[in-house]
Amino acid sequence: MIKKRAYFKTRSLPYLLILPQIVITVTFFYWPAVQGLLASFQVSDPFGFRSRFVWFDNFITLFSDPLYLKSMLTTLIFSGSVAVVSITCGLFLATMANRVLRFTTLTRTLLIWPYAIAPAISGILWLFLLHPSYGVVSISLENWFGLDWNPLLESSHAMLLIVMASAWKNISYNFVFFLAGLQAVPHSLIEAAAMDGASPFRRFWAITFPMLSPTMFFVTVMTIIFSFFESFGVIHAVTQGGPGGSTNILVYKVYQDGFIGLNLGSSSAQSIVLMLLIVLITTLQFKYVERKVQYTG
Amino acid sequence: MAKIKALWLLIAVGLCFSFAGSAFAKPIDIHWWHAMRGARGEVVQQIVDSFNNSQNEYRVVATYKGAYDEVVNAGVAAVRAKKQPHILQAFEVGTQTMMMSGAIYPVYELMADNGYKIDWSQYLQPVLSYYMNADGHLMSMPFNSSTPVMYYNVDLFKKAGIPMLSKEKPITWDELGEITGKLVKSGVEGGLVTAWQSWTQVENYSAIHNLPFASKANGYEGLDTELMINNDKVVNHIARLKGWMADKRFYYGGQKYQGPKSEFIAQNAGVYIDSISGIAKLKSAVKDFTWDLAPLPVESWMTEPQNSIIGGASLWVFNGLPKKDYAGVAAFLNHLAGNESQILWHKETGYFPITLTAYEQLKADGYYQENPLQEVGIKQLTRRIPTKISRGLRLGYFIQIRNIINEELELVWNDTKTPQQAMDASVARSNEKLREFENIYK
Repeated sequence: MIKKRAYFKTRSLPYLLILPQIVITVTFFYWPAVQGLLASFQVSDPFGFRSRFVWFDNFITLFSDPLYLKSMLTTLIFSGSVAVVSITCGLFLATMANRVLRFTTLTRTLLIWPYAIAPAISGILWLFLLHPSYGVVSISLENWFGLDWNPLLESSHAMLLIVMASAWKNISYNFVFFLAGLQAVPHSLIEAAAMDGASPFRRFWAITFPMLSPTMFFVTVMTIIFSFFESFGVIHAVTQGGPGGSTNILVYKVYQDGFIGLNLGSSSAQSIVLMLLIVLITTLQFKYVERKVQYTG
Repeated sequence: MAKIKALWLLIAVGLCFSFAGSAFAKPIDIHWWHAMRGARGEVVQQIVDSFNNSQNEYRVVATYKGAYDEVVNAGVAAVRAKKQPHILQAFEVGTQTMMMSGAIYPVYELMADNGYKIDWSQYLQPVLSYYMNADGHLMSMPFNSSTPVMYYNVDLFKKAGIPMLSKEKPITWDELGEITGKLVKSGVEGGLVTAWQSWTQVENYSAIHNLPFASKANGYEGLDTELMINNDKVVNHIARLKGWMADKRFYYGGQKYQGPKSEFIAQNAGVYIDSISGIAKLKSAVKDFTWDLAPLPVESWMTEPQNSIIGGASLWVFNGLPKKDYAGVAAFLNHLAGNESQILWHKETGYFPITLTAYEQLKADGYYQENPLQEVGIKQLTRRIPTKISRGLRLGYFIQIRNIINEELELVWNDTKTPQQAMDASVARSNEKLREFENIYK
């Protein structure tokens, strides 16, 4: 048995050691969170000279607004699509990269690159490809296939564009974890299965995939959180929530109403809802999905 | 050894600073936060430098704080932290928020308190009226003001056999329909594109045709205002543009200016509606064709079209700072409104000069003979005395309201809603925002 407890000579030392961490967490997380919670129960002018406590009025206004509910639905569709696309592509690439025998470091480095790009830049890059006026790909699509690609007007095109731009970036992130997970799968198992005559696909499905389930679980949670918050940069650069509000996901609405519109009460209420939503989704994932996850060393 | 040297250097530098601080009576710093970047930022600095060099009591420090919305946010945060700058540049849609804030020192009071007797009638009225309160007092100093105009591709017009347009007399919307029709027939991909659709096609359309945008004199006379843009005339205008989309006489290039502008530069569209501040951008970007400017079209029934309204920003003075600072703020604003600053500003940026005297001076100097493009906007802006309807818009949460109008227009362009449905929805949704805003100040 290895003793895990650390011993300190003075009782105050451990507290002193964690103090910096606590100070940072309290100042940059709890303090703003409490402020946000307070603001969500108030109506106030931007400058904070007048504020009134209104109980749940901000929340009631929000939930009686059909557009807010629509924005919620949009967010779920968006996050779901980003998760499906980036997880399947990440897993596929990782499986392939795991089989590469030559230039392994180079291939892996290249595949990880997109993660280093800021979401806003990723959005701009995709816009250069797919903007109806100056996008290289969209102009070619129209010239060669007569496809009228127009994310400025067509809601579905816009949604597709932001899903691609967000998922593309996240594929790399997922790739890293899947690759690490794959490397942890014991070779002996796979070889044994191969000797028993299992096809590559069956080997993947019956051995590798179940052994990847902890990674899969982690990656799913992270991707959903990513698509709820980090995708802001993509949306801001590409669609600004348009056309007609069809890509206005919750986090972008918080920004528009709070930062641009200076409606702090409503915006705070929205952030609280957003926070609760992400807590709910993550709890659900832990409760129902984690049961099927096998943590084996 | 190196350490000791560094120490000596540090001491020497420290001494220099402490002497500089005490040797002279330090000028009072006046802080100005603005949103002017690049070439415009340089002109701002020139104006500031000329003020700083003209006297040694005050020193204006101009700081670029980001885009318009970021500057307003910086101001909000600064006021909350009681570290407000003296002067803040805020965009026109934020006018109501600033005015209601309780954090500002109205400019007319500031100037009067510091002994400046300003003849406000010598200012461009449509610019001034945007920033006046209901009693006709100026609340903030107009700074950069523009108005939408119509750009057209001279080469494509010639090719399609269309005569050039007048720089003074607006064409009618029906005529524009014929023109764009001819353009499309002559093989141009599209007719008209427009930047900032809410500002150009709804706000300015309403002002030019003297149609109320909102009740209570467009919100000037009370927070209990309601939008009125679902009237027949605006709806018909939107319906007409929608109709033009069928044969691409009009098409949609995006909410802001980048998309539509690139369509015009790529010669995909022959006509382009945007702010006069686009002149400078097009001058540097367009190399392979000639273009010209005309006033915005009007309806044939509008025999005496009103002034268009402005966009841009104004300078707000925050209260709660030491009294002696305000003398400097007033002196600086006075310097800014002077002919020299205004003429420089207009020539370098294309934004309007804010006084008639500067405008007259420019005319007398023959500036507009050499630069006829620059006068199209100013003439359109000053062609009539502003009415209560055409003097401006004063709405709370105006940024969100613009967003709503943009969204609803997009739903018209992509066939989700009819123009009437979209305008009705714009009004209903905006009214909710207006009530929320009113609720704050109850």
